[in-house]
Amino acid sequence: MYRLRRWGPGLLLISPTLIILAIFVYGFLARNIQVSLSNWRGLTARYDYVGFDYYTRLFHDTRFTQDVKNLTVFTLIFVFGALIFGFCLALLLERGVRAEGLFRGIFLFPMAISFIATAVVWRWLMSNATGSQETGLNKLFKSMGLGFLANDWFKTDSVWAMGAVALAAGWALVGYIMALFLAGMRGVSDDLREAARVDGANEVRVFWYVVRPMLWPVVMAAIVILAHISLKTFDLIYAMDPKSRKIETPALYMWFTTFDGFFFSRGAAIATLLVLGIAVVIVPYIWYTMRLERRK
Amino acid sequence: MTTTELPTTELPTTELPTTGSLRIRSRWSPYVTTGRYVVLFALVCVFLIPVYVLLVTAFKDPSQVSPSRMWQLPDSLSLDTFRTVWPKLNHGLRNSLLMAVPAALISSLLGAANGFVLSKWRFPGDDIVFPLILFGMFIPYQAILIPMRQLLTEWHLIGGLNGLILVHIIYGLPITTLIFRSYFAGISDELIDASQVDGAGMLRTFAYVALPIAIPAFAVSVIWQFTSAWNDFLFGLVITNPSSAPVTVALNNVAGGQVVPYHEAMASALVASIPTLLVYILMGRFFMRGLMAGALKG
Repeated sequence: MYRLRRWGPGLLLISPTLIILAIFVYGFLARNIQVSLSNWRGLTARYDYVGFDYYTRLFHDTRFTQDVKNLTVFTLIFVFGALIFGFCLALLLERGVRAEGLFRGIFLFPMAISFIATAVVWRWLMSNATGSQETGLNKLFKSMGLGFLANDWFKTDSVWAMGAVALAAGWALVGYIMALFLAGMRGVSDDLREAARVDGANEVRVFWYVVRPMLWPVVMAAIVILAHISLKTFDLIYAMDPKSRKIETPALYMWFTTFDGFFFSRGAAIATLLVLGIAVVIVPYIWYTMRLERRK
Repeated sequence: MTTTELPTTELPTTELPTTGSLRIRSRWSPYVTTGRYVVLFALVCVFLIPVYVLLVTAFKDPSQVSPSRMWQLPDSLSLDTFRTVWPKLNHGLRNSLLMAVPAALISSLLGAANGFVLSKWRFPGDDIVFPLILFGMFIPYQAILIPMRQLLTEWHLIGGLNGLILVHIIYGLPITTLIFRSYFAGISDELIDASQVDGAGMLRTFAYVALPIAIPAFAVSVIWQFTSAWNDFLFGLVITNPSSAPVTVALNNVAGGQVVPYHEAMASALVASIPTLLVYILMGRFFMRGLMAGALKG
């Protein structure tokens, strides 16, 4: 009774959320897995158990394997691109420049707008029209005498089509990564830096031996965040060129097969694989963060 | 304090002091400084290319718009394009506003309760509950779309705005909980204990002591949730019908086809982004804190 009085009010306050999330996150995830193990095609729901049929079929589905390849290319370019550029921006701003807030504000503003708006603009910038219709970056390159840079962007047949998508996504996210690095660099205490300077280290060495080792947690956080965004990315690609297989990823395949084609079980199987992919990076990250917090 | 861990003292601030008071100046440092500004300025120019194209195209007279003139400044400013796209977007804008504001407020209120409990009260299993809540923030929404659509259909919430508000409240809970938990963790326990000594129960302490001091966290949480809900596209696509579609869906309808005149696409993108851009410009500090709190998020 004493315990109940002690825990009761707290549990009461938090219970709406617990119940809601139990249903809408974990209940739904479980139901989704159930759908993926059934044979539900068409509009009426069916839950007849067919085992892992849809998963094994996916691995022989050339559309799906191509999507996975696309996603891999996208993830690699997007994650490392945003990481490198975000780091460089933070490095440029770190030592205090005039109007730093303005610079930061500019690099971060894409975080405030939707992926749809981002895609609308980038789609026109990366137009591959030629002749009198030529426009966008290709047109700019030619007028600057850099015509050799003109290319088909996300309409190219090569695997680099995903690179064009990664360019737009990187533009949107690079400021975030910059902010993470900036906070990480500034989190290194001045005393440590001063100590190194007193020992005769120049600024480059101070950075390399004092600041750099303390940035690994930031790098890890940035990779986890970027990788999970890249697996989820849907709006950006949907608004750029929705029916193009050249830039399709599993997230889009899931959408089209489920809500256009009514292959619910196949869609659920793709979605389950996406959850697994994300859980592989996210669960260790949450676990690590909680452990770090508990140690304090 | 790094941003990669859950901040326990306070929400990370962006106004950290710059370093180096005792810096030894090398004779190269003036060149390094100049070089840094040159590089930064060049990067800003490249980075703002999409903004330049959007602005010059949207404000051009429609008769002057052609692919070959994409990069040229307009001869005169014209609002004609905006007049053309406004009727296609105004419903979407209204829907997004009616959806994002209540979703942000309710989600933040529930998040405040959760954050308070999870930072100040120990109960059995609390160290499992929080990670479980957090995981909800990272799941790909594709994995809950099918059951969600089924349930909302059963509840007759497909096609209207209420269903959309509901899901934004629900899937916003992890991040709002995280924001408030970090905030309350930085509030001293004594304040809470003092009110308990005065005889207030937990619910009263929450309502009269904790909520009023959590105004800054409210600003962060509401702004973050408003922006996310406003910019969401997937839920809008699944749940709404054309009359209740949020502005992102309306924007994609205007700008999505291959035959759309691109000055209309650009003007629409600008109109659809103005509310969140205003929030960003006016309350950037709070926006940044949300971003940093979400460093355990994307």
